[in-house]
Amino acid sequence: MHELPQQLVNGLLLGSMYGLVAIGYTMVYGIVQLINFAHGEIFMTGGFGALTVWLMLPGGTTMWIALPLMLIGAVIVATLIAVGAERFAYRPLRTAPRLAPLITAIGLSLALQQAVWAWYPDAKSSVVFPQIPGGPFNIGSVTIQTGDVFLLLAAPISMAFLGFFVKKTRTGRGMQATSQDPDTAKLMGINTDRIITVAFALGAVFAAVGAVAYGLKYGEVNFKMGFLLGLKAFTAAVLGGIGNIYGAMIGGLVLGLAETLTTAYVADIPGFQQLGGQSWGNTWAFVLLILVLLFRPQGLLGERVADRA
Amino acid sequence: MRQRSLIAVTAALAAGALTLTACGSRNDKAGSDTGDGGNTTVVIGVDAPLTGDLSALGLGIKNSADLAVKQANEKKYVKGVTFKIQALDDQAQASSGQQNATKLVADKDVLGVVGPLNSSVSESMQKVFDDAKLVQISPANTSPSLTQGPKWATGEKVRTYKSYFRTATTDAVQGPFAAQYLFNKAGKKKVFIIDDKKTYGAGLAGTFKGEFTKLGGQVVGEGHIDPESKDFSAVVTQVKSSGADVVYYGGEYPAAGPLSKQIKASGTNIPLIGGDGIYDKKYVELAGEGAAGDLATSVGAPVESLTSAKEFVANYTKAAYKEPFSAYGGYSYDSAWAIIEAVKAAVDANNGKLPADARAKVLAAVQTVTFDGVTGKVSFDEFGDATNKQLTVYKVEGNDWKAVESGTLG
Repeated sequence: MHELPQQLVNGLLLGSMYGLVAIGYTMVYGIVQLINFAHGEIFMTGGFGALTVWLMLPGGTTMWIALPLMLIGAVIVATLIAVGAERFAYRPLRTAPRLAPLITAIGLSLALQQAVWAWYPDAKSSVVFPQIPGGPFNIGSVTIQTGDVFLLLAAPISMAFLGFFVKKTRTGRGMQATSQDPDTAKLMGINTDRIITVAFALGAVFAAVGAVAYGLKYGEVNFKMGFLLGLKAFTAAVLGGIGNIYGAMIGGLVLGLAETLTTAYVADIPGFQQLGGQSWGNTWAFVLLILVLLFRPQGLLGERVADRA
Repeated sequence: MRQRSLIAVTAALAAGALTLTACGSRNDKAGSDTGDGGNTTVVIGVDAPLTGDLSALGLGIKNSADLAVKQANEKKYVKGVTFKIQALDDQAQASSGQQNATKLVADKDVLGVVGPLNSSVSESMQKVFDDAKLVQISPANTSPSLTQGPKWATGEKVRTYKSYFRTATTDAVQGPFAAQYLFNKAGKKKVFIIDDKKTYGAGLAGTFKGEFTKLGGQVVGEGHIDPESKDFSAVVTQVKSSGADVVYYGGEYPAAGPLSKQIKASGTNIPLIGGDGIYDKKYVELAGEGAAGDLATSVGAPVESLTSAKEFVANYTKAAYKEPFSAYGGYSYDSAWAIIEAVKAAVDANNGKLPADARAKVLAAVQTVTFDGVTGKVSFDEFGDATNKQLTVYKVEGNDWKAVESGTLG
């Protein structure tokens, strides 16, 4: 157990990444009740947006200059795709039965994956992502890599920004109103179309930040990276109470910790040797999800809401 | 209007086709004296991951088989027979592999198949090929159970599928070979074993572990990773605190590269060693700077260093394929040639014509085929395994692998 602090940090880092992506699921669901299964791929395109910027920069550019530019590139690409998807794939189906946009979302997810696979040069397998130079830092027995520093800073800053945006700005309050009751919000003079677009865009910004963090942490991006991570982030959103922004972050952290700790320690429990290891981490994460949903169907931070009349 | 142009195009195509066939038969008469006139086409199927994470290896297999076929045609090696390849993409997935196998079996011109890359894919294809008596030669499968049955480890060796052969050495040799090198030559005594739980990875890790402990080495920890996820931090932390002086990984480079990178980044400066599944340039790229000193074993001697392979390398370069021949190029070339040799034997035994039950005859001929290939002598034992059991240890230096030493299991 002497490695516990390190494992906790590992879990928090993984969880922060889940959380960043989960916010996109949660916001869109909170406002239009749509599970945007293409969100994982929006995350993935963000990663490739950042990579493109890096490849366009002249060789030898330091990360201090490159990183902000890459972040901007990631945000632009992810936002354009998310807003485009909302405008052309989801908005025409907004009055259709809820199953229709869900299926569109799954289709869009596959289409985006295949598009990157087919058209992005050399993306048929993993592509190497630039790294922040400098060795790992040691804090006590915990080692933190330079690539992780970005994630450690980005996750809380993003959350604080989002909290401020939703609580204090006009658009944010409009989002809250639309999420409570879109029809009444419209009657009160809120441009709900614009609000929905903003929700998609904000979700994409967070996914883009997450994608840059992914690239820096794992040193690569690939066209499939959005699938498993998107699924986990969706799980995190449900775990935290889908529709609740803070819930998404908490859900992400809980999931990340659960995955890391089960991977590290389940095999140590007598009789459980066969059920340890990373391939079982996913299973344990979903066991946790089922348990939470059994005893708290609304998720950790969700509120029990009566069905709308 | 549209209809008329359609007719015109059809007519033009038909005329063109007729002219071409006419040309073909005329050339044929001039070129061959076998007297049978028609030129038979024999298709060699290729199944490998042509896209996805493992495509670097798969494309090398495809190109090398293609080169073999081109050379056979150029030399008119089998009179009256023109070879062609048909390459199908299995994306390293068992289900796609099985579909491809069915497709290849359905094409009567296919008399042999080269591939696939992954042992787990082969498992799904073997029965399909065996039912059709279509010979399959894998240049890359190393799981022992494919030839020697599921109980090979206990010594109960049974060949399940007579149609299956391979030019690569098995993990029953590869794992122990790595263990002996690490323990005797590199002086590593404490190992942390990680695998991806797949047929290839888990099997390789198992044979390595057996030999390493037998030699007196200590296994200080074991872990399994999910190659689809790239977050290996939990296992990496365990490696760090285990005090291991080397990590053995059973699996392939798409996960092994990031794994090595994450181990080094955690401040643990110990080498990672794996099997032929990580022996690819992409591994070095993905693992980054810390990869220097990482090791891999791979089947056979380094193709570049063999005199028998000089011609292959030169021809491959001349053919200007877009992708390098990778780890299994030489073996794929030899696999395709084994099929070509078998077709020749079948044709020669049948008065210069392809026999009616060509597939069965070719299959029987492969079992007895012997020739000097790119990778050394090519022939198969009673299980369909390569008789050439040479292996090589490679080390990462700079941004590529360098051969350290070759040998057979002692």
